[in-house]
Amino acid sequence: MKADAPLDLDTIRQRLAGTRGRKYWRCLEEVAETPAFEEFLHREFPAGASEWGDEFSRRGFLQLMAASFALAGFSACTKQPLEKIVPYVRQPPELTPGKPLYFATALTLGGFAQGVVATSHEGRPTKIEGNPDHPVSLGATKVFTQAAVLDLYDPDRAQTVLRAGQPSDWNTFVSAMHAILQDQQTKAGTGIRILTGSTTSPTLQSQLNAFLHQYSAAKWHQWEPLSRDNIRDGAWQAFGEIVETQYAFDKADVILALDADFLFTHPSSLRYARNFAQRRRVKDAAGAKMSRLYAVEPTPTITGSMADHRLPVSSAEVEAIARSLAQKLGLEVEAAATPHEEWVAAVARDLQAHPGTGIVIAGETQPAAVHVLAHLINAKLNNSGQTITYTVPAEPVPVNQLTSLQTLIKDLQSGGVDLLIMMEGNPVFDTPADLGFAEAVAKAKTVVRLGFEENETSRYCHWHIPAAHALESWSDVCAFDGTVTLIQPLIEPLFEGKTAHELIDALFQPPGRNSYDIVRAYWQAQKWPNFEKTWRTALNDGVVAGSASPAQQVKLTAKAPSKTAQASGKLEILFRPDPSIWDGRFVNNGWLQELPRPISKLTWDNAALVSPVLAQREKLENGDVVTLKFGGRTLRAPVWIMPGQAENSVTLHLGYGRERTGRVGAGTGFNAYALRTSQALWSGAGLEIKRTGEKYPLVDTQKHHSVEGRDIVRSGTIGEFTANARFLEAHKEPRPERDVTLYHPDEFKYDGYKWGMSIDLNVCIGCNACTIACQAENNIAVVGKTQVANGREMHWIRVDAYFQGSLDNPEVNNQPVPCMHCENAPCELVCPVGATVHDDEGLNVQVYNRCIGTRYCSNNCPYKVRRFNFLEFNAGMTPVQKMVKNPDVTVRSRGVMEKCTYCTQRINAARITAEIANRKIRDGEIITACQAACPVEAIVFGDLNDPESRVVKLKGQPLDYWMLGELNTRPRTSYLAKLRNPNPEMKS
Amino acid sequence: MTDPSDKPLGITPLGYPSRLLAPGESYDSVTDRIASIPLAKHPPRQWYFGFGLGFIFFMLLLWAVTWLFAKGVGIWGINIPVAWGFAIVNFVWWIGIGHAGTFISAILLLLHQRWRTAINRFSEAMTLFAVACAGMFPLLHLGRPWVFWWILPYPDTMGVWPQFRSPLVWDVFAVSTYFTVSLLFWYLGLVPDLASVRDKAVKLWQKRIYGVLALGWRGSAAHWQRQQSAYLLLAGLATPLVLSVHSVVSFDFSVAIVPGWHSTIFPPYFVAGAIYSGFAMVLNIVIPVRKLYKLESLITMRHLNNMANVMLVTGEIVAYGYLIEAFMSWYSGDVFEEYMMKNRAFGPYGWVFWALMILNVIIPQLLWSRKIRMNLLLLFLIALSINLGMWVERFVIVITSLNRDFTPSAWHLYIPTFWDWATLAGSIGLFFTLQFLFMRFLPMISISETREFVAEPKTAEA
Amino acid sequence: MAQIFSPRANTIARSSIVGVVAAIIFGGWATDAIYWSPYSTYVHVPQEQPVPFSHKHHVDGLGIDCRYCHTSVETSHYAGLPPTETCMTCHSQLWTQAPLLAPIHRSLASNTPVKWTRVNDLPDFVYFDHSIHVNKGVGCVTCHGQVDQMPLMWRENTLYMKWCLECHRAPENQLRPREEVFNMKWTKPADQAALGRDLVSKYHVHTDRLTNCSVCHH
Repeated sequence: MKADAPLDLDTIRQRLAGTRGRKYWRCLEEVAETPAFEEFLHREFPAGASEWGDEFSRRGFLQLMAASFALAGFSACTKQPLEKIVPYVRQPPELTPGKPLYFATALTLGGFAQGVVATSHEGRPTKIEGNPDHPVSLGATKVFTQAAVLDLYDPDRAQTVLRAGQPSDWNTFVSAMHAILQDQQTKAGTGIRILTGSTTSPTLQSQLNAFLHQYSAAKWHQWEPLSRDNIRDGAWQAFGEIVETQYAFDKADVILALDADFLFTHPSSLRYARNFAQRRRVKDAAGAKMSRLYAVEPTPTITGSMADHRLPVSSAEVEAIARSLAQKLGLEVEAAATPHEEWVAAVARDLQAHPGTGIVIAGETQPAAVHVLAHLINAKLNNSGQTITYTVPAEPVPVNQLTSLQTLIKDLQSGGVDLLIMMEGNPVFDTPADLGFAEAVAKAKTVVRLGFEENETSRYCHWHIPAAHALESWSDVCAFDGTVTLIQPLIEPLFEGKTAHELIDALFQPPGRNSYDIVRAYWQAQKWPNFEKTWRTALNDGVVAGSASPAQQVKLTAKAPSKTAQASGKLEILFRPDPSIWDGRFVNNGWLQELPRPISKLTWDNAALVSPVLAQREKLENGDVVTLKFGGRTLRAPVWIMPGQAENSVTLHLGYGRERTGRVGAGTGFNAYALRTSQALWSGAGLEIKRTGEKYPLVDTQKHHSVEGRDIVRSGTIGEFTANARFLEAHKEPRPERDVTLYHPDEFKYDGYKWGMSIDLNVCIGCNACTIACQAENNIAVVGKTQVANGREMHWIRVDAYFQGSLDNPEVNNQPVPCMHCENAPCELVCPVGATVHDDEGLNVQVYNRCIGTRYCSNNCPYKVRRFNFLEFNAGMTPVQKMVKNPDVTVRSRGVMEKCTYCTQRINAARITAEIANRKIRDGEIITACQAACPVEAIVFGDLNDPESRVVKLKGQPLDYWMLGELNTRPRTSYLAKLRNPNPEMKS
Repeated sequence: MTDPSDKPLGITPLGYPSRLLAPGESYDSVTDRIASIPLAKHPPRQWYFGFGLGFIFFMLLLWAVTWLFAKGVGIWGINIPVAWGFAIVNFVWWIGIGHAGTFISAILLLLHQRWRTAINRFSEAMTLFAVACAGMFPLLHLGRPWVFWWILPYPDTMGVWPQFRSPLVWDVFAVSTYFTVSLLFWYLGLVPDLASVRDKAVKLWQKRIYGVLALGWRGSAAHWQRQQSAYLLLAGLATPLVLSVHSVVSFDFSVAIVPGWHSTIFPPYFVAGAIYSGFAMVLNIVIPVRKLYKLESLITMRHLNNMANVMLVTGEIVAYGYLIEAFMSWYSGDVFEEYMMKNRAFGPYGWVFWALMILNVIIPQLLWSRKIRMNLLLLFLIALSINLGMWVERFVIVITSLNRDFTPSAWHLYIPTFWDWATLAGSIGLFFTLQFLFMRFLPMISISETREFVAEPKTAEA
Repeated sequence: MAQIFSPRANTIARSSIVGVVAAIIFGGWATDAIYWSPYSTYVHVPQEQPVPFSHKHHVDGLGIDCRYCHTSVETSHYAGLPPTETCMTCHSQLWTQAPLLAPIHRSLASNTPVKWTRVNDLPDFVYFDHSIHVNKGVGCVTCHGQVDQMPLMWRENTLYMKWCLECHRAPENQLRPREEVFNMKWTKPADQAALGRDLVSKYHVHTDRLTNCSVCHH
């Protein structure tokens, strides 16, 4: 589409004719896509909720003046206006007005299930928690899962069926399809192609099979930009069949991660993190044991930050290291000496010392050869069968997706494709740049896309069908271990959203079954004994009992693979998923955009991550714009200096720089896909980097990563701990006496409940799940890039990253910081109106409606956990956007202070239930939002007056400490110090 | 250059100009000279210039405030951790300036420092306007200014009271009391003069207006007797306030635990600093004005010299305060205090700190030399540097202490925005607008008190 | 020299002194009066409703229990407003033709809810929970007044925070036995103080923490 065509208002007016209301205006953007029109649209849809724009227009100024006089003058004296109250006409039987309902369902990421329990208030999904019964969730959630509920109400969603960008409707579409299919029937569907991502939905699979059976010559292709091809190929080469490898980190003593971020990016990361933590958590010094983690990786990851020994090497070197390790373990492999022989030797010895209790895991970013080596090593060490099992893949038809994509593109180029149906995905944007998908797809006669939002691909579509959100759909999906979850809706589609099932079904005669019928029909065909009961149980539990994939007996057919990648002195480029917006699909999600990336703490942008050494060599500073030249393609991007980055590797996070997305994602970051080729899907040598002398404002939330010798993060080694349980308290200020205060130490007796929290730094992996879970639970506003730059982000619980050790490979200590709920709270004494006060259970309460905004409390808070509404951060929310708000938490307006409340709304709910039942609140009955989301159970909340409560036991442990305790704030939130388990043979 | 007007005046054995009144001034001449100013048909041309300038900035203030109420305090540079910015800096600065007035009028009156006479009216007016400017900031600085009265104790519909542990509540009482007393004090002294202006006036409406303001003063013995005793009484009342107000303001900081705020020396050295800047401001106004209105014979070099001396003394106290702060941060051995001092001097705002040292400590040492004290231009410039310096001092205290306190992960810079500067400049505009109006329409020197010198020139010599 | 002021000036001057003081006092008093007047509290102001529903008739006349319509009052923070269906349990037979009931019938026919005017309304930042109050022995009448005597519904109390606190500070003055909660006719016994005190302990009402902000404000 010509971006510079003049704006033809007549055409727009014509196109407008017959459309009603604002709903269709987003389609217009599609119709007349010229800069002028874009701008005009942006004026029509001010970036209110997403970002806080402060342009100074006369109109706006007058409005605001009026508003301000209203506020300044009268708002304080006006009386409360009369409100309407609206009952049901017919009240749903399962619903008690005012009580939320919970539904077990699943969300899908990369084709795999994330089991969740979704909360619904009066039919309005507001919160997503993990499903404890789900084998891969275990009750925890990823950041993406938490943020999914915001996507549901995204005003930039595709809202209506579009034909060539013009509003159309479903029935027209269906008849159009049948016209095409009619003529395809004669040629057995030669011209039909279907493109999906990885899918594990049994129902969808059966539908596809049926379709491909009817149209024998039609073809189905799969493409995920973050494809797991290397893993599949590795398995294929090693075992002669494609199997999934399941790791049992709870059984592992020694773990070697070869560029594998199994704690965050792996489809089963939640389970792995939980299992890993089980072996890291220590109680008393006596006989304390921890597993040991070695990480070899080119760019800092969450897994790397947890490693006891981390070796930053270029991606290409990883294979060399794997080879040398294999050799040292007595395998027949061709290996050259690496610069890290000692290191590898030590690891080898350590692994050998723990046969059957070690794990060597390779990441999807490493070539098949590395995976084969990993399989060989694991076999050699007898890990297979012990810590490692092989199962049938959850994907019914695992293929090499790159090949699959290439075939499709060939067919497209040949012009032989009459009908291309795309399920979600954004191939125009995220397929390798050298394949030229865009040009190819333009040759297809009819292109249909089922899409959640209109993106780069949509503009090539003759038909664009709005996709239903997972919370609006009936479907089914498998977890990484094969366990099936039935996806059930909490709400009718807000717009005209359709599911993949309905789309495929519409291609058959007679069309028109809805997804419920389709999914149910499929499972009815599965001959469950006592179907109705099983079906209901499955819906209730969120899992189909016993559906996990069976273990697969495999035998190693492969001998060591010959060398593939060569480490070269040249600069290396790395492509990685963005920790927040993943492959780009979450770019329009404000919560994720504003979520500080692990370790770097960047928000709202991606950057070219460079090592300090490289930065020095090239004289680069944070924010310097450089030109990256790779494989004949160039890209301009700002750099970010990343301690721990491999010297000659430059990391680009994928998914940013979208040309066509909603108002949140627009204009953020730069497009790394532009450099990504089929030869270098994950990494490639030969990058050239050149300074342009320009600057780009990159925004982070933590500027200072040193503790400055303050008692903030305590860390040590397991050795020191076993030698002396209280070794960390040496040379530290002792906890001051209770009565060291000007006020009466027993002003509050805390004889009822006494709330407290313990955070275990030893297992915290810094995944940010707590931060975003809190944002979802507590209606925390998104403030936008400019405001974050001003230091006004609103997160109630932040994850600080402190570095120690060398700049080139520092140890990272993650520390989640919520409100400490001090017993001697400095904030309380200075508030002139008593808007922040103590309560009898030790909560440090913030009363928004009493706050007048002196901000004195924040100045006096040593932990700086208080957040202030400097502006009306909730301004301009559309009615649909407002639906995401949690009704149990006040939405804060401009000018008031806010902060972590220990989820007081949850405490009150539990208390009321308990009091009505005339009993005490049980331990574990109150789970704070952050605690619920945490994959490693690092956060525990409870009653300090209950000697049996988990939190009391944790606070009793020798590693327990108060952050800045010498200030005598007596925080209720305390930490368990971080321990590492270094290999005594190695000097780290 | 030294002022020619003090040539004919006598010199004391110590070599200081001795007279508080030029020779040849008579009752009528004094009254004429002073009372004619408000009654003049047109003020001097420079007045229009000064007033106009002040007024323009005053308008800027209104603009900034409107925008502030429209959007919220977010238009300023403040953030977390630096939640207090210019608003508080300006507040403290203005309050400080507001000290000289009452100090001069009340304390010097009680100490029978008669040289105060010529300048007390000025400084009292100045005090009022400064306190008015100051009083405005705590309101503007609120996140929700439209509910500011929740700070006041009154029977509300919520059944709750303010939190009396908070220094901000003390502030409200301290500042409002100070303002009220200063206002009464100033007005009480004004009454007889208003009467004389009334009697001098020719036009009826002028007579009427000044007549009403004079509250029917007839100068009877009874009137004088009551006015004088009330005046003394108020002086007695005002004296402790001079010390209390800024002490209370300093509690805003010293009560908090923030390193750089939490210090016991704050009250005395805030008060000293206040008088320091107060006198500087008086000089900055008096020096041009006496020239403009040819008042050299009433505001003599001795006045200026004495004020310079007071500045010198208070200046040394302030300097001592800085010294002690630095010493304590080292002596305490407290990691946070030590870092605070390091950050102040060599952190991102280090240059501001050194600017403070130069403006507030080094330059004022020039006042040791009598020659410089006698030099109007230099004296004016030094006073200016002190005013600037005192503002910078508050900036250093507020911002550099906050921007790097206990938790390094939260450290963040504070960069003032256009609106920050506009509000500061605007408040100065407001101040001078009021000041010029005062000089235009009210007797800016106490007629009655000055006339006493005519009566008894001997005592005035002392 | 001509007189500037007439002799009356003195009187004016003197009276003005009194006047200013008086004005200030009056101002304060007026504001207070407005805040507590029905104009801003709505107390005893019957509200217009789409259907002039009479609690007097239904409760007093027909003796229908509160919970017949306000179903979730014992289990949820929200007492519940009857869906159109509930009205229809009787009015599908009775007064089917009555014009007054037309909105109800229309609602059911068109499946669009009836929009009532809210009578007892709290600000959005207050989280009041019916279930806990009802279960701890706070009668409906205590807050809503003699509903059975209201032909049209009105607000009985100001619902100002001060009013809430009166009871939260001293619940014993208001509590009644649980079984009397829905009784419109129940009146405080002579020894309410004593009764209240043992109800407080019997129902485990934690008077010490009832005034914590966190109890009502999230």
